[in-house]
Amino acid sequence: MKLPFLPNHDDPSFFDFLTSQHRDLTPAGRAAAAPAFSTADPSRVAGAVTVPQATTVLGLKYQDGVVIAGDRRATEGFQIAERRIEKVFKIDDYSAMAIAGAAGPCIEMAKLFQTELEHYEKLEGVQLSCEGKANKLGQMVKANLPMVFQGLVVLPLYVGYDLKRSEGRIFKYDLAGGRYEESDYHAIGSGGKDARNTMREHFRKGMAEQDALTLALLALYNAADDDVGTGGPDFIRGIYPTAKIVNAIGITDVSEPQIRAIYDRMMATSRSKER
Amino acid sequence: MPMPYYVSPEQMMQDKAEYAKKGIAKGRSIIAMEYVNGILLAAENPSASLHKISEIYDNIAFAGAGKYSEFENLRKAGIRHADLKGFMYSREDVTARSLANGYSQSLGTIFSQELKPLEVEILVVQVGSNGHLNEMYRISFDGSIIDERHYAVIGGKSDAVQAAMKEKLPAQLPDLKSALNLCIAALEQTGNQKLSLESLEVAVLDRTRDSRKFRRFTPVETKQLLS
Repeated sequence: MKLPFLPNHDDPSFFDFLTSQHRDLTPAGRAAAAPAFSTADPSRVAGAVTVPQATTVLGLKYQDGVVIAGDRRATEGFQIAERRIEKVFKIDDYSAMAIAGAAGPCIEMAKLFQTELEHYEKLEGVQLSCEGKANKLGQMVKANLPMVFQGLVVLPLYVGYDLKRSEGRIFKYDLAGGRYEESDYHAIGSGGKDARNTMREHFRKGMAEQDALTLALLALYNAADDDVGTGGPDFIRGIYPTAKIVNAIGITDVSEPQIRAIYDRMMATSRSKER
Repeated sequence: MPMPYYVSPEQMMQDKAEYAKKGIAKGRSIIAMEYVNGILLAAENPSASLHKISEIYDNIAFAGAGKYSEFENLRKAGIRHADLKGFMYSREDVTARSLANGYSQSLGTIFSQELKPLEVEILVVQVGSNGHLNEMYRISFDGSIIDERHYAVIGGKSDAVQAAMKEKLPAQLPDLKSALNLCIAALEQTGNQKLSLESLEVAVLDRTRDSRKFRRFTPVETKQLLS
């Protein structure tokens, strides 16, 4: 196999490399190849295809960085498509993203974004800044716009630790690629509103790590309580939401026993209230 | 009208090879060497930011000797090749063998078809884990590819460094510290001068690390390692 020896292609972006050289591997390229849905014909409008949808994910700042967490359920209409899906992805040592929308394209965007950042780091010898990473993700969301018209929505929530400013940051996006920074917390997906309500009630600036983690998990629990698309902790099967912590040390997974312990405590408290 | 003149293909290839060899020999040597936990790469490099050794993928590293702009282009092409393959298939499907083959093809084609051959010699190394062996490929300016064992040397007075390495190589795989000491001794012996830690570029592919095995040592870290 001959190398793609391209002295003319001198862009450090993997996404742009795919777009110019392997268009079929990008969302936009695939949208062009797929039969166009005509919005004039209602029977063929987006939604005619059902694909697994991923739901509530959230990010929350605390004193040393950010907590990012997500539930584990994917739904296809009124069916549960997947009970153990992972919606929170480590992107590099100092950032993570969580996704809501059509599961397949979401996971692919996370993979592409991981490759993008690693590619840049290897070619340039330095990592992109936190802001630079957030902007790049915005461009990728924007490039996904043709897929949105076909019903395949991908919405990320991006959290990163800004090494220059020494603080955690949260970014949300809209479908057109708009990028907005959140100062304290944010949640997206079908149960996003419920999760935001919980966080609004209990959020304080400069929370300790354990408190922030507990609040994030409570918000997911409440979202699952009110939203059919969101999965709560499943004590019988032993499936719990996943969470990651991003701070100056890097990114760490919160272990399942730890999350389980928090939920056990939470459930014990709410049971005692019932009596 | 000038007479079209004839140059025999042999003469032409010989001239090109000589030209390329001269360019490569001007630079300094780079050594790759197996140690207990992986592969050590060491190079004499006065610049702290223009690297000769770099990461290609999870367990693959690249080293280039000769003309910087030329091996830098090859390095970037390699990273693109690796990232594309890893994205399309899976991370474990990216191998040094396929990469080395690609480089060999590119260099061979350029050597025979272009007027000016690339004045580079490159190393593609892959650390093996889970019982797989390490792989080290040395690729020359004409695309010839050599599968090396234990150690490999490119650039500068590579023959002399190679001889020095052969002489000093221990029977057992050394630990990182003694491997680095050995490489420094071999570089110093052929260069006839003491190397400062600032002018030494050191990196490893360490199989005990998670996912990305490549790690670059800063002069401070190198000093700590050697002390």
